[in-house]
Amino acid sequence: MHLIEVKDLEKTYYIDSVQTPALRGVSFKIKEGEFVAIVGPSGSGKSTLLHVLGFLDRHTAGEYHFDGKTINDYSEEEIARVRNKEMGFIFQTFNLLPRTTVLENVKLPLLYSGVKESLWEKKARQVIDSVGLSHRLHHESSQLSGGEIQRVAIARALVNNPRIIFADEPTGNLDSKSGKVIMELIQKLNNDGHTVILITHETYTAKHAERLIRLSDGAIKEDAPVDHRLVAADHFTK
Amino acid sequence: MLIKYSVKTALTGLITNKSRSILTILGIVIAIAAIVLIVSIGQGAKDLILQQIQGLGSKTIVVIPGREPEGPSDFVNVFLDSLKEKDYKLLKNKNNVPGAEDIMPLVISSVKLSYFDETYQATILGGGDDEINNLMARIFDIFPDRGSFFTPQDVSSRASVIVIGDNVREELFGESINPLGEKIKINGRNFRVIGILPSKGQVSFFNFDDMVLAPYTTAQQYILGRKYFDRIIVVAKSEKVIARTVSDIEITLRSSHGITDPDKDDFFVETQADLVERVGFITNILTLFLVTIAAISLLVGGIGIMNIMLVSVTERTKEIGLRKAVGATNKDILRQFLLESVLLTAIGGIVGIALGVALSFVVSLILTYSLGLNWEFTFPLSAAALGLGVSAAVGLVFGIYPARQAAKKTPIDALRYE
Ligand SMILES: Nc1ncnc2c1ncn2[C@@H]1O[C@H](COP(=O)(O)OP(=O)(O)OP(=O)(O)O)[C@@H](O)[C@H]1O
Ligand SMILES: [Mg+2]
Repeated sequence: MHLIEVKDLEKTYYIDSVQTPALRGVSFKIKEGEFVAIVGPSGSGKSTLLHVLGFLDRHTAGEYHFDGKTINDYSEEEIARVRNKEMGFIFQTFNLLPRTTVLENVKLPLLYSGVKESLWEKKARQVIDSVGLSHRLHHESSQLSGGEIQRVAIARALVNNPRIIFADEPTGNLDSKSGKVIMELIQKLNNDGHTVILITHETYTAKHAERLIRLSDGAIKEDAPVDHRLVAADHFTK
Repeated sequence: MLIKYSVKTALTGLITNKSRSILTILGIVIAIAAIVLIVSIGQGAKDLILQQIQGLGSKTIVVIPGREPEGPSDFVNVFLDSLKEKDYKLLKNKNNVPGAEDIMPLVISSVKLSYFDETYQATILGGGDDEINNLMARIFDIFPDRGSFFTPQDVSSRASVIVIGDNVREELFGESINPLGEKIKINGRNFRVIGILPSKGQVSFFNFDDMVLAPYTTAQQYILGRKYFDRIIVVAKSEKVIARTVSDIEITLRSSHGITDPDKDDFFVETQADLVERVGFITNILTLFLVTIAAISLLVGGIGIMNIMLVSVTERTKEIGLRKAVGATNKDILRQFLLESVLLTAIGGIVGIALGVALSFVVSLILTYSLGLNWEFTFPLSAAALGLGVSAAVGLVFGIYPARQAAKKTPIDALRYE
């Protein structure tokens, strides 16, 4: 069974009487452990697709099964639980709560997880360590660089050990060097068994994935394995 | 989410917007302070009045002519002449009212006093007994410090003698004349001053400083020109026999007046306990009224809280979205914002209580030292508890709408919010 099964998926935004079709019948399947990049020009529906896949938004037609279930099988609380336990999110901007330390930001999913409080500190420190930010535990987001913020976001996405990580342009605001660090981390967590869906408009970044889905105007133009897959340089040290 | 973290999250939210939080709770602080102050002063005033009433002695029973008023505003003016000499004699009879220790009729009126060119408007209180020495002085606990009280003989012979209060003395005689033996004119008749009361201020409902005391017989015959009494005062032998004595008095007077239906009574009997109850009732009503007014400012404060919380919800759309994206449920968000507003108002409540208590303490000092009242400051515990409860409730009530708005936000709202 596939972790993600999408069939004829459509998403149309309705604002007043204006309809904006953002996804016009998209179909694909993603296996557990895959690393898929979704690329396409601006406005092609990449973020929309990611929001639907991440249970952050609902589709308007077609089918989407995550782990065999559709969003309609879940109550609001169960959706929140799935987002908390099974999914991790890394956004392009506003990943961290302002005036809140790295440690507290990473603990955030644990607050809503039902995990015993006594384990929070250890788990949070562990993932912060895995993104190499142990020396920034008590910094607030305003005291971090863009690359560091994204690494904190990765740590937070990982803290509940989810099955799938959604990343929407995680390197969009970074220079190439910091971008590489992020990509290396993402490849690493994929190697650790997490399914990854990465959105990017840079072909170069997309080549870190094993499979590439190209969107254009809300439809899939290409769905193929990545040739000459890039491996982020192993310059990242803890 | 654990309640501890909910509180922590909410507190962080408040501290992050420190000056706004402070301004927001100001309304609550003032309202709660006002409530505490009012309740505290109301309690103090009640205590003070009760203490003065009880100054008359807890065994005192007062028989009053007329129909019993049905409420504080019911002033009735019928049967005001219903207590006569005959009634007094009947009540005095030990067979009729065995529980009575002392019994004394009382007449009260406002009179104009004159001494040569000086005049003064005072209250005349006629009392005494034709057998017992100093009965009036004993009942009111007031003895002349110069001269003497009138005697039983003065009462039986309707002697034209008076005892004057300290204000009366000062107004008519000043400091240079010794009033003892001087003659004061009332209604064209001369009355000899035989005693001067020490300055005592307000005692119970009477201010003896402004009074002239005379034998009731004298006052009835020469000053008031009437034969009925304004009060008959009965002092019970002990507190235990008060109820029994009241009913004895009622039975005696009803049979004397030929009344069979108690609803048609042309007199009523008041014990100190009744008075205490009535005064307590009146001060409570007054306090309640003032508290209601203060509660309106609480309402305004609550609307302020709601307003600020709504602004805060909009400002923090991204935060809400992020929390939801990492697993917060609608309930978690609702709880967070509700807790924030409750904490906000509860803190306001605590500060308001502190302020209110401090103010009522200052007021009690002022009343004690500058007005010379025997005012007792008591920590208004019930008002404080009420204030805290009410302010938290205000946070809950006025926080619910903004918190709902927050909970309704979707992660998408947040991700798209600029
Ligand atoms: N909330 C919304 N309401 C209405 N239309 C929307 C909304 N969100 C997105 N759209 C429209 O849907 C289409 C797809 O938007 P989407 O954000 O998915 O594009 P994208 O591929 O992520 O673009 P980018 O690379 O610029 O992030 C666009 O035409 C956009 O204008
Ligand atoms: Mg996008």
